[in-house]
Amino acid sequence: MKKIISGNEAIALGFGDSGGVFASGYPGTPSTETLEEVARLGDVYCEWAPNEKVALESVIGGSIAGGRSLSTMKHVGVNVAADALLTLTYTGVNAGLILMVSDDPGMHSSQNEQDSRNYAKFAKVPMLDPADSQEAYDMVRAGFEISEAFDTPLMLRTTTRVSHAKGVVVPGDKIAPQIGEWVKDVPKYVMLPNFGKLKHIEVEARLLKLQEFAETTPLNRIEMAETDLGIITSGVAYQHVREACPNASILKLGLVHPLPEKKIREFAGSVKRLMIVEEMDAIFEEQIRAMGINVDIGKNKLPLCGEINADIIRTALGESSGEKANPVEGLPQRPPVFCPSCAHRDLFTILSKLKVFVSGDIGCYTLGALPPMNAMHSVIDMGASISAAHGMAKVNAIAGRDEKPVAVIGDSTFFHSGMTGLLSMAYNAGNALVIIMDNRTTGMTGGQENPGSGVTLQGVPTRQVEIAPLVKALGIDNVAELNAYDLKETEAAIKKGLETPGPYVLIDKNPCILRYKIRKDAMTVEQDKCTGCRACLKVACMALGLTASGEKQKVRVDPNICNGCGVCAQMCKFDAMHTIEGENNANL
Amino acid sequence: MQIFNIVIAGVGGQGVLMASKVLAESALASGMDVKQNEVHGMAQRGGSVISFVRIGQQVNSPVVMPGTADLLISFEPLEALRYIHYLKPGGRLVYNKVSINPSTVAAGLAVYPQDVEEQIAAADADTYGVEALSIAREAGNGKAVNMVMVGAVMKHLPFNEEIITEVVKQISKGTGVEVNMKALAGGAAA
Repeated sequence: MKKIISGNEAIALGFGDSGGVFASGYPGTPSTETLEEVARLGDVYCEWAPNEKVALESVIGGSIAGGRSLSTMKHVGVNVAADALLTLTYTGVNAGLILMVSDDPGMHSSQNEQDSRNYAKFAKVPMLDPADSQEAYDMVRAGFEISEAFDTPLMLRTTTRVSHAKGVVVPGDKIAPQIGEWVKDVPKYVMLPNFGKLKHIEVEARLLKLQEFAETTPLNRIEMAETDLGIITSGVAYQHVREACPNASILKLGLVHPLPEKKIREFAGSVKRLMIVEEMDAIFEEQIRAMGINVDIGKNKLPLCGEINADIIRTALGESSGEKANPVEGLPQRPPVFCPSCAHRDLFTILSKLKVFVSGDIGCYTLGALPPMNAMHSVIDMGASISAAHGMAKVNAIAGRDEKPVAVIGDSTFFHSGMTGLLSMAYNAGNALVIIMDNRTTGMTGGQENPGSGVTLQGVPTRQVEIAPLVKALGIDNVAELNAYDLKETEAAIKKGLETPGPYVLIDKNPCILRYKIRKDAMTVEQDKCTGCRACLKVACMALGLTASGEKQKVRVDPNICNGCGVCAQMCKFDAMHTIEGENNANL
Repeated sequence: MQIFNIVIAGVGGQGVLMASKVLAESALASGMDVKQNEVHGMAQRGGSVISFVRIGQQVNSPVVMPGTADLLISFEPLEALRYIHYLKPGGRLVYNKVSINPSTVAAGLAVYPQDVEEQIAAADADTYGVEALSIAREAGNGKAVNMVMVGAVMKHLPFNEEIITEVVKQISKGTGVEVNMKALAGGAAA
């Protein structure tokens, strides 16, 4: 039966239909919904790992034990899992193993724009690049077959416009999960140098065999049309090419590593002008130029940064996409913002006031960097808040600067890779204040379970890991609780943490209001008491605004938005704001 | 048939994605090819959201290019203005007249333009404003703004209104069915 589903949902469905046995991943946009859908479908065991390295290693174990296994992560997650990947390519697999990685061209929700096709080259593994949901579904089956036939892990790469775009899928037959033997094979799975040396030779030979396969597989297909222009492309870029150049001939690559040299040469020879359309890096182009094939239009006309679309392709070809109205200028921006009544708002109100250096991390709280808070001064990767703060404190000490950095990190990010940074801080006699915003969920990606939430991905109650004892076990003596909703208490606690020498950890345990659907009585402003001083606006809550008319603009609360945390009232010196008992009309 | 391009804009939390799902499922149920695409990931409420639905015999790209939308549905006036350049000349704009302050305005860093309605009216578009929040409240839930907006555009879509009603029935949970049906009808009558 036809369904309209996203690329992520299609991969989940394809996994269940292709004899999948075990899946593990870590949430990360745009990959997250894949494992959520595996869990929702309910056919196959799946779990969230604390980070991507653990996820991939668990899946390696799943494959060795004989079950077809899937690991899912976003592009930067592969950096975390790369240590496992770069040796997994040597051992190969027992049952089929797919590493699904989702790239984010245009950086809709990521800290960088890395192109995962580089990893396929680096790790010398085959990579599939679906162009829509149907291909995403089909390529899971094909991926397992390639993985098993060539004894290799396989990367299934999506981009945001494949992962999140919904298209029509006709599912195929469902294969029952088949669990193979759990075999002891020391030379295959123990990568001591002597065994590894032999395995490297096998990897290079495997790549040559995969190249031969690339020449004949229907995953790479030529769509011949007019011969004036031939375009080599893959993934969602293929869809944009079809849109922009309906008459061009196309070599559509589904297997994007290794490349089919003979097929490319044949295609290039059959068209007058050769164009390569690939999002982000010039990976095809560099390899095709190295084959000695002339490329007429590639990254000389197409961007290395951001997404490609039909208009960009037309412009690269010197064609017009017609007269277009320009966007209206001067409109106020509407950036993402802390939800009404989120405890992060309260924390950053105080951090902003204290003007401390905040070493930040990946999560909703990263929004503390935006105006008017401006209270986050570095964000690199998962866990860096703590380890970077540690380095800052060391150099500050050498420089004689008497300032203690503040690290801010969430619960899921702390479990992911904040713990090791804190261990280093304890071990190396560090000097930073670490604030862990433990809202009992992986918030930014939509509220996934984690080791602190007490429930597994499949909804099974499980051990709930508490952070305070963990922090103490890592060697931190000064650990205190924080209630960010109380601004005075928060300010006092942060000051104490800054004044106390050595590592100091504050833990806020207010749960995510969005994930746990928390509603509180709404606020209102007594207009005769409000002086229009705007002190409350510093909390940057979208429920607040100024009245339109009158000699002096006063503050009003939008009852459709306010969720009643009362942080604004704590900012008010004139007692103008109070709660309306029993009322909450928030509808976002 | 030509591809029918729809852009749906709004504020995170207003249900833009659910409205997109209704339109995409309805197109599929009508036997057409369809692609629907939005960019999401930042889970917070309050950011600008844009979603595309493309319907036709065969749809390739999931992305609507500026200047090509047949229909822009905006759940908020400022967001209508932000994405109005996606409309083709003379395209149709249906928008919710209830405004929501962006965080930049709420923080006193920017001003919500007083003349949004005038600017929208001045654009080369066939424009219609809806008081979607009060209609949603009458239907029983202020969160049903998205279904009011779907109701308001039903007669402008290239498929049957009954199919949309059926899809909304199927994807509404429990008590939501009655509210959503009323919201659809209220939007259609607006």
